Amino acid sequence: MKVGIVGYGGYIPRYRLKVEEIAKVWGVNPRQIKRGLGVEEKSVPGPDEDTVTISVEAARNALRRAGIDPRSIGAVYVGSESHPYTVKPTATIVSEAIGATPELTAADFEFACKAGTAGIQACMGMVESGMIKYGLAVGADTAQSSPGDALEYAAAAGGAAVIVGKAEDDALAIIEGTYSYTTDTPDFWRREMKPYPKHGGRFTGKPGYFKHTLSAAYGLLRQLKLTPKDFDHAVFHQPNGKFPVEAAKELGFSMDQIRAGLLAPKIGNTYSGSSLLGLASVLDQSKEGDRILLVSYGSGAGSDAFSLIVTESIESKRDLSPKISDFIEDKVYIDYATYCKLTRKLVRK
Amino acid sequence: MRRVALVGVGQTKFGELWDTSFRQMIIEAGTRAIEDAGMEGEKIGAMYVGNMSAGQFIHQEHIASLIADHSGLAPIPCTRIEAACASGGLALREAMIAVGSGIHDIVVAAGIEKMTDVIAEQSLEALATVSDQEWEAFVGATFPALFALMARRHMHEFGTTEEQMALVAVKNHHNARLNAYAQHHIEITVDQVLQSPPICSPLKMLECASITDGAACVILAPLEEARKYTDTPIEIVGAGQASDTIALHDRQSLVNLRSTREAAKAAYQMAGLRPEDVDLAEVQDSTTISEIIAIEDLGFCKKGEGGKVTEDGMTAIDGALPINPSGGLKGKGHPIGATGISQAVEIALQLRGEAGKRQVKNAEIGLTHNIGGSGGTAVVHIFRRQD
Amino acid sequence: MHVPRFWREIPNRYNLIGTKCNHCNKVFFPPRAICPNCRRVGNLEPCKLEGKGKVLSFTVVHVAPQDFKDQVPYVLAIIELKEGPKLMAQVTDCDPDEVEIGAEVEITFRRIKEDSEEGIIHYGPKAKLLRSKPSEQT
Repeated sequence: MKVGIVGYGGYIPRYRLKVEEIAKVWGVNPRQIKRGLGVEEKSVPGPDEDTVTISVEAARNALRRAGIDPRSIGAVYVGSESHPYTVKPTATIVSEAIGATPELTAADFEFACKAGTAGIQACMGMVESGMIKYGLAVGADTAQSSPGDALEYAAAAGGAAVIVGKAEDDALAIIEGTYSYTTDTPDFWRREMKPYPKHGGRFTGKPGYFKHTLSAAYGLLRQLKLTPKDFDHAVFHQPNGKFPVEAAKELGFSMDQIRAGLLAPKIGNTYSGSSLLGLASVLDQSKEGDRILLVSYGSGAGSDAFSLIVTESIESKRDLSPKISDFIEDKVYIDYATYCKLTRKLVRK
Repeated sequence: MRRVALVGVGQTKFGELWDTSFRQMIIEAGTRAIEDAGMEGEKIGAMYVGNMSAGQFIHQEHIASLIADHSGLAPIPCTRIEAACASGGLALREAMIAVGSGIHDIVVAAGIEKMTDVIAEQSLEALATVSDQEWEAFVGATFPALFALMARRHMHEFGTTEEQMALVAVKNHHNARLNAYAQHHIEITVDQVLQSPPICSPLKMLECASITDGAACVILAPLEEARKYTDTPIEIVGAGQASDTIALHDRQSLVNLRSTREAAKAAYQMAGLRPEDVDLAEVQDSTTISEIIAIEDLGFCKKGEGGKVTEDGMTAIDGALPINPSGGLKGKGHPIGATGISQAVEIALQLRGEAGKRQVKNAEIGLTHNIGGSGGTAVVHIFRRQD
Repeated sequence: MHVPRFWREIPNRYNLIGTKCNHCNKVFFPPRAICPNCRRVGNLEPCKLEGKGKVLSFTVVHVAPQDFKDQVPYVLAIIELKEGPKLMAQVTDCDPDEVEIGAEVEITFRRIKEDSEEGIIHYGPKAKLLRSKPSEQT
């Protein structure tokens, strides 16, 4: 039995902070940052938004495209590193808000920025085994970053949701294979009760992001006996605007193949939302028969790679929810002080 | 039903009464009313006290016992009545029914609120509890916000202007200067109102009643016995009370209050009077728009013309139909539970010709209009001097 | 307030579940336990609302209760829903100047307030302006 994606949806908050605003505060040349990171601006959550609300918006958008009864969803997994509660699942709130309760299993996943794709894999297994009819996997974050840290230029807010079902249940893309690559690599972490993550600086690059992303991609290509030329689109996790471009080049993908899913320059790194938003953006623009490579990356560290083939159902489903480009274009610029308030770095006492 | 009259009235000064406690305030108002009636306390058969929220404001419930006790009137029955800002008006109504029915002869109707024993923010939160907690306060509605929603709609439907609304506050502040019991004794201008800080647009600070301490008290007797206590009994000739949805959004209309209309209809009918028979009225102006909507719903002008008739001076003390000569809630102050009773105190003083500099000429028939929350409860009384 | 008070409203607040009278067909939101028109003659059944409507009136709140202070100035509106009932909700993600009577909105899912830093987070409906095209503001 084959499994596929029967619905997908994304959500990005309206608020944007330009690199210039951050650089000004910390006395850094913004051109250097933009060139170094390949990020121009990042999305910021509104005062009433968090990982729960972002997940609900994304999940509702996915449901609309899936056109299924929410009660037929048997599993809801929300991947994030910014769950509003440390104990008490985001997934139960999301399940309730999309009308999927009570006959389902639900849990929160955490694997830095790849918990969303881990959720997809869990759903795939459950659908394939016949345990559930549909599974919802969400990757969403209101990404944390320490003030003044290099992460601050990119850490953003957004999320995407994918509903996994059997290929014959009107899937808009078939998942033809998945491959994961995992090691214990402490390149980025956040300890219990600490508000901001720490990271290993340049150590996050080669032994972290690149080793895992490339290994997962190579592993999947090998497994499916495919080469980059067989793909129309490729999406990689986007901690910034540069890493995914370098990874693509290393693997032999062209800029044309990664353009549709490259969102970091305009919205930054939405952590668990990053690669899934990229996938959503690609699906918004793809056509029947397109083959898509998706490779997530989560620090700590691991990557999940997927190969998807778009079906004709994309045509009838695509316009049922807002597109990623709609969210990217609908924006309001804020200043650094407002950003501090919205991300609760500045709290009324 | 027996005919019922006011034979004694009294109230405390309204304002931030830092040095006066809840129990002192009610005793002061009560003593003044009893002295005004020239009667012995032993005559009193029962008390009804309007109070919105002693629980939130002074963390004291069971105030009926407290009041009976501290006034030295225990063991007579004392009953607390609560209907948000209409608590006082409802206490008066219950007292009237008690006398009218013959169960009691002499009955006290009082109202009290001590609002400054908590900080202003807590007062605001306490006030917000008069709205629907699950669907109004829960989403961030405040008490002024509800009236602001009505104001915006009134402006939209009838072209009522912010200047016209400001004029309500200007007039009521002017009247309050002539009332020794009033909280505010400053004249304000339309410009000052318009320039005052926004609370909930379009309503500004000088358009909303302030946080006030105060108590008021009236004594009711059967009309046939009233002359034992006063030369000028003020008969309650009409009374009406009505309810509407607690949540503003559930109402059919945002520009009129069904509760006011129904209560007024009942009161006019009982009195056998029409709006044009009324010589003056004390109406609920917790915000400026409240007075505009009230005078329309009470039939003093056409729907939608409340702003215009205010601008034309109809509602001034020397106008065709003086509204809130006491200064109203805006100028005199709005100690929630006391307001409905204080309105009756003012009408009694006016009809007796004892209102001093703010005396309305040739006043024989007066009306009070008291609403709870955004209009979930309304109570209207009509009074007539019996010479 | 203890959590049960909020917990029992979750289905209504998350998913706009109102009630519909099977006698007069009137839809109520917030839900009612008895139809005010038909009372015991009618029978109320749950009814999910689509969440589309328009602004009947609005105010910009500048002086807010403690729980909402960090959001001022915020827009509070009465929304007339397509199915008939009206509901009070904040209009989120907008400049207060953008809101006008008659504006089309849809209900979305947002954080309403929290029970202190350590307490429960309350989610519920807020309205979002339906803009004809994406807008870029500075």
